Amino acid sequence: MAMPMESPISFTNIGRIRWWQRGIFASQTGYVLLALAVLLVVMHFASPYFFTEGNMQNVAKNFSFIAIATLGVTFVIITGGIDLSVGSMMCFSAMITSMVMTELSAPGSPAGALFVHMAADGKTVVANVPGLILVVSVLAGLGVALIAGLVNGFCIAVLGLSPFVTTLGMLSIVRGLGYVVSNGRGSFPGGPDANYFYAATSGDVLGVPVPFIYLVILALAMAVVLHHTSFGRHVFALGGNEKAAELTGIPVVRVKIEVYVICALAAGLQGIIISGWLGSAPANMATSYELNVIAAAVIGGANLAGGIGGPLGAIVGCVLLEVIRNGLVLAQVSSYWQQTLVGVIIILAVLVDRIRSRMT
Amino acid sequence: MANADATPVLELTGIGKEFGAIRALHDVDLQVFPGEVVGLMGDNGAGKSTLVKIIAGNFRPSHGEIRFAGNAVHFSRPIDARAVGIEVVYQDLALSDNLTAAANVFLGRELKRKFGPIALLDHKAMAARALELFGELRSETRPDDLVKQMSGGQRQAVAIARTRLSNARLVMMDEPTAAISVRQVEQVLGLIHRLKEQGVAVMLISHRMPDVFAVCDRVVVMRRGEKRADKAIHQTSPEEVTALITGAKEAA
Repeated sequence: MAMPMESPISFTNIGRIRWWQRGIFASQTGYVLLALAVLLVVMHFASPYFFTEGNMQNVAKNFSFIAIATLGVTFVIITGGIDLSVGSMMCFSAMITSMVMTELSAPGSPAGALFVHMAADGKTVVANVPGLILVVSVLAGLGVALIAGLVNGFCIAVLGLSPFVTTLGMLSIVRGLGYVVSNGRGSFPGGPDANYFYAATSGDVLGVPVPFIYLVILALAMAVVLHHTSFGRHVFALGGNEKAAELTGIPVVRVKIEVYVICALAAGLQGIIISGWLGSAPANMATSYELNVIAAAVIGGANLAGGIGGPLGAIVGCVLLEVIRNGLVLAQVSSYWQQTLVGVIIILAVLVDRIRSRMT
Repeated sequence: MANADATPVLELTGIGKEFGAIRALHDVDLQVFPGEVVGLMGDNGAGKSTLVKIIAGNFRPSHGEIRFAGNAVHFSRPIDARAVGIEVVYQDLALSDNLTAAANVFLGRELKRKFGPIALLDHKAMAARALELFGELRSETRPDDLVKQMSGGQRQAVAIARTRLSNARLVMMDEPTAAISVRQVEQVLGLIHRLKEQGVAVMLISHRMPDVFAVCDRVVVMRRGEKRADKAIHQTSPEEVTALITGAKEAA
């Protein structure tokens, strides 16, 4: 039902917002990116080791260890929620992955019989496609994360429990389950596919650490999903005004469940990657990582009130945290100062954003 | 104008609603014809909002029947009402501040382009259509600006533009002129006239007597959950409507 346009609109009273007052330039992510650039320059002059290839690889690897989970939690934060269970989820997924891998690689066990058999000389030999055990065990690890994410999403979206309380409970539940299934000892990747596992989690391709490659791919995918799909649009709408989202017919419940599942899967994947680097999945792995992950997201510009955030911010936050940690080590400052400094930076980043939005 | 032969676009028969022990609506009959503008008036707590929410699918009526374009309908969610052609402009406008004007207009029914199995948002088409709609409303609103940075009138335009996306046959406006400037009130009333010319029925929920008398064909007055009057606008006067709203006059 098109109505004829009676006269083209003229924008006499409505000025155009300047390019530097919109988009990334006007966001907390922009300011923090600038701060990060300054910090990198300072580090360069403060320590000759900082920009060496080895140290850069180290930094890239270390921040990738929390950045994938940060991408996931950013989804949740944009909808105005929070997920405190990411640290436990990392541990549990990693643990299940290595336990399944070990189990499938034991020729005597009922499940193992499908995948391996004992050769005449007493060595374990893969019965079918190499790498199949790895795929199955990683899927098992992600599967438990998926279930935990669904439970989070169900409690929050359908039962209407507060995200803080639900995920705080899940933090404890999942950590507890980790202790239960491993008897508190943790688990180790083993069997014929263990080497593939290490290559896929802590190896490098042409000098670039593998976790960093995963991170870049996932961040690009996230950018497309957030800004170019209706799901992403709905995630932002939910964080901006949940009631409006509901009135305009957005499937609020489904979107909420989906973001908690995405967050759990990202945490699970992150945990599996970390366990490959550690060479084991101890039961106390990634304890209190949820705080680092949420801190990185918030420093990078995700707003806990909802509606604002993105993959670039998540990565910038993680890089900033890692550069500070790395810098303190290079400057031979006690690493205990790191936590204190991280706290100061969280408050500073949010404060600068508040001052900026008051000024405009 | 209401035509006695035409099928009413909306027909309510004996609508009632109880919230626990509270009777919010009692035995309301109402007909709205295509191209007709009906003013719905009443004091706070008279039952206007409840009635609107029942028609919009937010609540289910405890009693009575809703017929839309001749067919009995049962809405369990607002989307159901929207699907048959009922659009609502909410008083708080239901906008997401952190999104652009175009994004808000298309919220929940984004335009997409298919790339194989993936459907991506068609930003260009949405911005172009939104600009067209703002042009019709003669609102100086840029599709790419964030709603956060907009004036009350612009926000109103965004909310109204949203109802123009679909082939709505009934548009309900909850206090559209309550918080905007004089010039913008003129624009909104102009839009109501244009909706009417297109054969769209409009229900205007308003406290502002001059606006109701400027655009409505008929005025319905609610008091204490009941319909107290339903008169053609030229057969009544602001004084009579005021008396009906306050209860100085029981019914007309």
